[in-house]
Amino acid sequence: MTRLVVGPFNRVEGDLEVTLDIAEGQVRAARVNAPLYRGFERMLEGRDPRDALTITPRICGICSISQSAAAARALASAMGMTPTPQGARVAALIHAVENAADHLTHFHLFFMPDFTRPVYAGHGWHGRVIDRFTAIDGSALRAAVAARADLLHIVGMLAGKWPHTLAIQPGGVTRAPGPRDKARLAVSLRAFRRYLEETVFGAPLEEFVALSRIDDLMRWGRGDVGLFLDIAADLGLDGMGRGSGRYLSFGAYPVDAGPIFAAGAWDNGPRPLDTAAIREDLSHAWMTGTEAHPSEGRTEPDTTMSDPAYSWCKAPRLAGRSMETGALARQVVDGHPLARAMAGGGVLARVAARLLELARTQIVMEDLVAGIDPGATFMHSAPAPREGTGEGLVEAARGALGHWLRIADGRIASYQIIAPTTWNFSPRDAAGIPGPLEAALEGAPVQDGETTPVSVQHIVRSFDPCMVCTVH
Amino acid sequence: MTRVIWLQAAGCGGCTMSLLCAENPGAIDLLSDAGIRFLWHPALSLQSGEEARALLQAVADGQEPVDILCVEGAIARGPNGTGRFQMLSGTGRPLMDWVRDIAARATHVVAVGSCAAFGGVTAAGGNPSDAVGLQYEGAHPGGLLPPDWRSRSGLPVINVAGCPTHPGWVTETLLLLSAGAIGAGDLDGYRRPRFYADHLVHHGCPKNEFYEYKASARQLSDLGCMMENLGCVGTQAVGDCNIRPWNGEGSCTRGGFPCINCTAPEFEEPRHPFTETPKVAGIPVGLPTDMPKAWFMALASLSKAATPDRIGINAVSDRVRVPPTLRKPK
Repeated sequence: MTRLVVGPFNRVEGDLEVTLDIAEGQVRAARVNAPLYRGFERMLEGRDPRDALTITPRICGICSISQSAAAARALASAMGMTPTPQGARVAALIHAVENAADHLTHFHLFFMPDFTRPVYAGHGWHGRVIDRFTAIDGSALRAAVAARADLLHIVGMLAGKWPHTLAIQPGGVTRAPGPRDKARLAVSLRAFRRYLEETVFGAPLEEFVALSRIDDLMRWGRGDVGLFLDIAADLGLDGMGRGSGRYLSFGAYPVDAGPIFAAGAWDNGPRPLDTAAIREDLSHAWMTGTEAHPSEGRTEPDTTMSDPAYSWCKAPRLAGRSMETGALARQVVDGHPLARAMAGGGVLARVAARLLELARTQIVMEDLVAGIDPGATFMHSAPAPREGTGEGLVEAARGALGHWLRIADGRIASYQIIAPTTWNFSPRDAAGIPGPLEAALEGAPVQDGETTPVSVQHIVRSFDPCMVCTVH
Repeated sequence: MTRVIWLQAAGCGGCTMSLLCAENPGAIDLLSDAGIRFLWHPALSLQSGEEARALLQAVADGQEPVDILCVEGAIARGPNGTGRFQMLSGTGRPLMDWVRDIAARATHVVAVGSCAAFGGVTAAGGNPSDAVGLQYEGAHPGGLLPPDWRSRSGLPVINVAGCPTHPGWVTETLLLLSAGAIGAGDLDGYRRPRFYADHLVHHGCPKNEFYEYKASARQLSDLGCMMENLGCVGTQAVGDCNIRPWNGEGSCTRGGFPCINCTAPEFEEPRHPFTETPKVAGIPVGLPTDMPKAWFMALASLSKAATPDRIGINAVSDRVRVPPTLRKPK
């Protein structure tokens, strides 16, 4: 048995270290460490509850609007209010833009460049992938960065800037879009659709969204998506880093009719989502205290960083079980037939589900804009309560994000956050059960002499981790 | 060629995300066209694990030259001064030690964002990770590096403050450094590049007419000026946010929420709720920059009394209810 410590693990958001036990050319056990602690939950204690809207987006520069939306919903639930219907619609649009931009960033900047590595020289697709996906310089990366900057004009118009906006409030959004704004939003979305169809998918988005079988997916053959699928078939990415098949989604983009992508859990079939059954286990986190539901949880770092803990990340469990969350989980829970067919899958399933969701999100954004009523009320106000509790559940690009807040004497008495990557990259729990990434890495192939195994990089990045959110 | 190493310390990564929003041309083209190349960037470069460790070690040892070190995020010194709240993964060493070593080798050192400059939001509340900026602790000189520290160029750490930074602030600082066009006189009192720090967020704010009459918003989503009630400090905060907008045509005040002075040290602790103006006996605390108090009070009460109906009504509406009166040509 040999041990490898992999880091700095870049092209993920934030700091990540993975320790691998390797024998006979395979990973036998993996331990995932989130090596940065900042203590946002502690910073919030004692503040005016509204300050959460300014502080929590700054947990993360890539999931900033997700944090903002979760804080607004947690506050709204403590205030016993809901946003105006049109305010909820615009907030959903702003959030969908961030998630679409993040999916684009992940595929182009973080995930695909690994296939340019010399280890893949000789594969038929290697020349194309070097041309398109060389880190920083590849032609597909430049096009994606430009399309992303244009798409984020929607956030600039409706929410001032990206990241770190204060536009999403418990009662709606701070800026009422007029008819001319609505027309410009549609312009931005038409341009983004053109880019997606001409470059990323190579075909109308509706064709990709209509896929329901993995065989048909693998025969796609068009655009940069086709290039990825050719690589996936050649390298067997479907079998690499397979998941447990247990998925969690808090439901994305709540509008009057409910979330556009459904909330729920999945374990070989749909399961009800009961957030009261969430516990954060601290046995392998550098935290003191005992396991608790986030409404009762504490964040007290163990500054001695004692064994057997090995991460600042807590280990959330739903009814005692680890859960995978993200685009694949969201699309499985929502019932998309292709995602259901890929349930339990590995690198291919996670990345293909993200692409599927990118296509679906474009259609969602178009519908949201079409439904904007420029004459409506986009926000109402109410004072924050002196006492209260709130739960704010949203779907970040990377999966289920929850904020739990308690207000006492007009101040934040407790604030607990469980981010998507807290679920996916959790350490072991008291029963020794590894987190989803740790489990997915078991069995990953390691070639002789590899110090940073490329299979491990594919598997880790397939989750699109956000480490700054993980520990916050 | 200008060789840049970018390290992400204790922050959110949002300044990199914002940098990628640069336009005309985009960030990648802009930098490469100017001969500015990332030796390593944690979000962008191919090198991971062993390859990245070897590169960073070669830079720290002086074997691999570096022109500009960019640090994004505050320096977490805790617990107990060990820096172990942020170990550079795979190296068993605190990130703060890596930053210190590489800063000693770099021609220029740039703090990207208010966390790297002053501590920023990472130092909010009780500052759980004992975070500081590279050369400031809040508004006090001296952070990870002492007040009299200078990079090999002779300049102190250049503080491109902002939360996040505007992509133009970062790209233009790199362009100017690469051209040898930043001297000590081009930095303000907090060592922020004057090309953006000599402006106030108030300059070009679309709420200026409301400000002129102190026609104030009562709640977020009202069009009126947010200085009196909603915590806006755009008349005091440095930044050209309303001169060259964000993400197309945005800015905080254009988005309908207040400027919270994110380019300033200690903005994270305003000692009042961010979206509420502190008042003494009903009078807002805080004056526009360079405005004598007595004149401000006199002008404010006079202009308030002179507020036209159009401006007074629109100030407390979420859209323009009363358009400007039309005048026929004479």
